Parts: sequence; C-alpha cells; structure tokens
Amino acid sequence: MSGQSPEVDTAKINTAVAQATPTAPADDTPLLRVEGVSKKFGDFRAVDRLSLDIKAGEFFALLGPSGCGKTTLLRMLAGFETPDEGRILLGGRDIAPVLPHERPVNMMFQNYALFPHLSVRDNIAFGLKRAGMARAAIDTRVGEMVALVKLDGLEKRRPDQLSGGQKQRVALARSLARRPKVLLLDEPLAALDKKLRESTQLELMELQRRLGMTFIVVTHDQEEAMTMANRIGVMDAGRLEQVASPRDLYEAPASRWVAQFVGDVNLFDGEVSSREHHQLTIATRDGGAIMVAEPHDPVGETVVSVAIRPEKVKLLRRGPELDAGNAQAINQLEGVVTDVSYLGGSTVYKVKLDSGAVVRSSIANTARLDIDTLSAGQRVIAWFAPDDCVVLER
Amino acid sequence: MSTRRIFARPARYAAIAPYLWMVLFFLVPFGFVLKISLSQTAIAQPPYVPVFDFSEGWSAINAAFAQLSFDNFRLLASDSLYISSYLRSVVVAVTSTLILLLIGYPIAYGMARLPQRWQPIAMMLVIVPFWTSFLIRIYAWINILQHDGLLNKILLTLHLVSSPVVWLSTDTAMYLGIVYSYLPFMILPLYATLSKMDPSLLEAASDLGSSPRQAFWLVTFPLSLPGVGAGALLCFIPIIGEFVIPDLLAGSGSMMIGQTLWLEFFTNKDWPVAAAAAVALLVLLVPPLLLYDRLQRGTLEGGR
Repeated sequence: MSGQSPEVDTAKINTAVAQATPTAPADDTPLLRVEGVSKKFGDFRAVDRLSLDIKAGEFFALLGPSGCGKTTLLRMLAGFETPDEGRILLGGRDIAPVLPHERPVNMMFQNYALFPHLSVRDNIAFGLKRAGMARAAIDTRVGEMVALVKLDGLEKRRPDQLSGGQKQRVALARSLARRPKVLLLDEPLAALDKKLRESTQLELMELQRRLGMTFIVVTHDQEEAMTMANRIGVMDAGRLEQVASPRDLYEAPASRWVAQFVGDVNLFDGEVSSREHHQLTIATRDGGAIMVAEPHDPVGETVVSVAIRPEKVKLLRRGPELDAGNAQAINQLEGVVTDVSYLGGSTVYKVKLDSGAVVRSSIANTARLDIDTLSAGQRVIAWFAPDDCVVLER
Repeated sequence: MSTRRIFARPARYAAIAPYLWMVLFFLVPFGFVLKISLSQTAIAQPPYVPVFDFSEGWSAINAAFAQLSFDNFRLLASDSLYISSYLRSVVVAVTSTLILLLIGYPIAYGMARLPQRWQPIAMMLVIVPFWTSFLIRIYAWINILQHDGLLNKILLTLHLVSSPVVWLSTDTAMYLGIVYSYLPFMILPLYATLSKMDPSLLEAASDLGSSPRQAFWLVTFPLSLPGVGAGALLCFIPIIGEFVIPDLLAGSGSMMIGQTLWLEFFTNKDWPVAAAAAVALLVLLVPPLLLYDRLQRGTLEGGR
C-alpha cells in the first residue's frame, strides 16, 4: 500500500492492481460508502439524501425506472457530477476533490463511447498510456484484455468495423484494462439483442468472479439485475427503496412500490382485524378476510396491503380438500377465469373475483399434455397459503 | 425487377445533372482558356492568334492547331514576376489559413460548447456580416485603417501612439482584410464537426485518466480534423486567387497572382499569358485538393 500520491500514476495503477486481486481481505469496512448524497438539477432532486455501502468484490446493481436517479448516482461515483451535499468515500477516503481522471474507478458507458479514430488496440491501451505504463507492459496488458473478452484478431479494427456485441466487449476491455477498484457499468447490455444479452450477463458474472473486482451496474431491467447481482438497490425518485439480495427483494419486498416494480404481484388493501397464533387476519375490501403469517418485524400500522405473487396463487375448480387442522390456514377466493395467457413455461390466468377485483395466477406447465386445463368462463377457487403472503405498510 | 427499372430511370437521369453542370460551366470554359493560353497575342479582335474558324474547313483548323505552343507557359516559368506572384500567393494563402485556423478553431469550439439554445444565435452572428456586400465591407476597412481613420483616432486618443500609424497599403492591412472576410468559412465547417461530437467521448477520455488538455489533443482535435481540412481548403483555395483584398488593402510593392492576372488581361491586353497564368494557378491548386481528398477518405474508411 505505498505510493498513494495522485502524482505517481504508475504507482496508483499498481496499488489498484494489488487491491483488485481476488484475495482481497474481506473485512467489514465497505470499499465504497455513500453518505447522505444529494444532487439537484434546477428544482429537480435527481438523488435525494441517499446512503449506501458497497463491499469489496460485490456485484451490485442499481435498479430503477428511468429518471429515478440511478445514472446520476453512478456519474457522481465516476466524478462526472459533484454531489450538492453528502460524501462519497472510497476505501475510507473522501473522493469529492478527486477529479474523474484521477479516480481509481472506471466506467463502461451506455453508448460505449469508443474513440472512433482509434483501433481496438489503441482504445484498450488509451487508459494505460495515460497512466504512464511502459510500452511492453501495455502490450502485455492489452493482450490479456483482448483474450479476456475474446476479441482476438480484431485488434487493428476501428469501432465502426465492429458489430454491436464486439463494441460492447471493447468498451468492457477498455474499462477493465486499468484494473480499477470499482467498475461502473451504465446499462451495459441495453444495446444488445435478447440472446446476446443473456449470454453476456453470464460472461460478466464470470469475469467479475474471476477478477474479484467490485462491479456496480445500473440497469432498468430487473431480470438482468436479478441474474447478475449479489445485491440490488432499488431506486425511485432519487431514493433507495430497498437494498437486498435478489431473493429477498422478490420474496420480501419492503414496500408496495418495490413489490410492484420487481416482478408481478397481487395486492389487497385492508386493515389488521385480529392477531393470534402468529397469524394475522386482515380484512380486505376485495378479498375478504385474508390470513397471513406474522412477519418478523411486527407491523406497526393497522392499515396495510397484502401482497401475493401470482405463482403462489393456485387455482382449483372446487375448493381444496382440507383436513380440519389445515382449514384455517388456507385463503380461498372465488371467481371466474377471464383471461388465459400461455407463455410456454407457464400460463397466466386472470381470475375476476366476485368482489370485482382481478387476481393473477401463474401456473408452471410441468407436463406437455395437460388434460385438466382451465379455460375462460370457468368458475374457480384461487387459493394461497398465509406463509406466501407479505404484509406491507401503506 | 421491372418496378426497379421504372424507378431507377429518373434517378439515373438525375445523376447526370452534376456532370452536365461540370461540363457546361467548367470543362467547356476551361477548354477556351486552355486554348487561349496556347495561342499568341495579336493586335486584333479577339487579341490572339490563331482563331479557330470552322467555316474554312478541316485543313484550316489543323493549321491553327499547329500554331498552338507552350511559349506562354515557358514565359511564366522564366519571368521572375510570375514566379514571385505565385510564391506570394502561396505564402499569403498559407499564412492566412493558419491565422484563420488559430482564430476560428477557438471560436467554433466555444460555439459548440455553448448551451443548446444559444448556438443558433452564435451561428447567426457569424453569418450576419454576409448581409452586407463584401466590397462595401472592404471599403469600410479602408475607412477604418486610413491615415485619419477610426483606428488611428482611437490609438491617438488612448495615447497608445504619438503619431498616426500607417496601416493602409501594408501586408498587415491585407491579412486583416483576408482574415476578417474568410473567418466564417473557417468557423462553419469546424463548428459543424465539433458540435456533432459525442460528449461522452470526452468523459470516457477523462475516465481513462486524461486531463482536460490531454483529452482535447487526443480526442477532440483528431476527431475535428475533417472540419479543419474542410475549413482550411474553403479558405486556402479562394485566398490563393484573391484579387480585391490585396488590391485595395495591400501595398503596390508585390502582387499576388490574381493581381498579375488582372494586369496582364486588362492593362497589357495579353490574353494568352493571362490565360496561361490562370491555368497554372489551377494546376497549383490540385495538390492541396488531392491531399484533402486523401485525408477525407482516410477518416471515412479508417484506413490503416
């Protein structure tokens, strides 16, 4: 850990390399700490008093709808925007006064921002030359990078002679070449078609694991975030709504907004009417009394929503056969199938309840021939277990 | 197949139009000038021999062809007047183009970085001088630069000089006039390339460790080279043949080729030599044009 002075570029690169090795010590201090950061554009608060810790070696995704401030946050980490308030600490050091070209952080741009007048090789070598690396070392590193992203044989091409996927790889290689402490990726796969996007997701994960680098990816695509990231921060209106693992985000959303943004969900608004045997009964307007398992963190308010994912809602023509002990434990709602969407792996049924509300149920197509399919117009019972419900404050 | 042919036909005719234009307004007149440049001067109407007279049959035309010679070009090459005019034209054009680039680039760069809503206004300000006739603007400069003109008055009032400075009829005045007149031709193509540049390229350069100065020289400048080439050519070519500005603002000591040409044509009434000088000027302009073409193709194809 020597040569921290920003003047000595080679030293900086070397420390960055040392810290980026997979054997980085996993202590508790976060690599990156965002403390109460705000950014305003005119009257618009793009990022609103946001705090976030990211540990070394994490693959972190910032997920949110467009305009939620995720890109602004990323650009503040890169140094292209300065926070109006709050601090950003990298390895314990406030990086506010550090200019973008002196930060041990690199960014992969959404439109790739490849230099059109330079070859693939020179694009990748660009940052290494600026760091004052020796020519031989640059050649070696560029060779490694080219092999890493499988661009062999294309070193002499110009960006306009490459396909979209190849450009994406050059951009990735260029941003990785300096071995940054943190790699920022702004919608890295948005410009690729679906098939390529899926295979590239896996490659990015594999790369991140191999290099042990910290990746922060910004995306509006929840599937992409869920596939790649260890942890996801869901953003809305400049704030972090929830930071959690993909599983927790889906199975235990912290708010109505998160439940609706991540995946599909049925929501019933109501009030807590009774609480016994670790079970809450919630009187809902659309679904009658719904029993739910009492959450770990006790519900503070009585005005709540019950969220249930469509794949946890089962459908039957007649009520499920229940033994006496179980009878209390099942929620049953009666209605009529109004819509059947066959999606291949699963089928989504819309059921119009007698109360007028619509419940969606997603059922996996586990057999090729299904003799007992439901069709529109049939009367069914939608049922689900209390454990599968999530109680959300409104 | 048949539909394609139907649609292709008018398109094919339209493609001929520029060639037709070139033949009618460039090649044919150039043929005349070339022919005159190979003739000899004569006290006659028109003032040169031979004159092709198609009424006297093939033998006469053949005889006329036999009379054509390169004598005028030999004169151009041997007389120091022409050589020095050509040299001066090249020196003036190169110097002016460099000055224009030095002044025009920062202006175009500044314009391209203005907030979006100010850019059209800045563009208007560059173009506005064209609304006044070019000749009037040069005469205005004479007024400003003359012995008791505006410039000397200001300098005297500010006590920057003790007696009026001679501005008019100097090379300084000529360069001032040229740079003033041609600046828009330098700024506009530069602005066009600079304003199209993707700002994320500069961010990428910065992200990869370039200081703003390095980012300019490594990214902005190389990417603006097509604009630099276009602007430089747009200025260099007309300046090399410039007549009005040196005639009105420069001293009478040395002449540019445009002035020499005028002198030959109107004062000496030596059309053939004037024509030869014009042809030679055209030949002089071919190398920079080829160079630009190569440069352009290089940036388009990303040549190796």
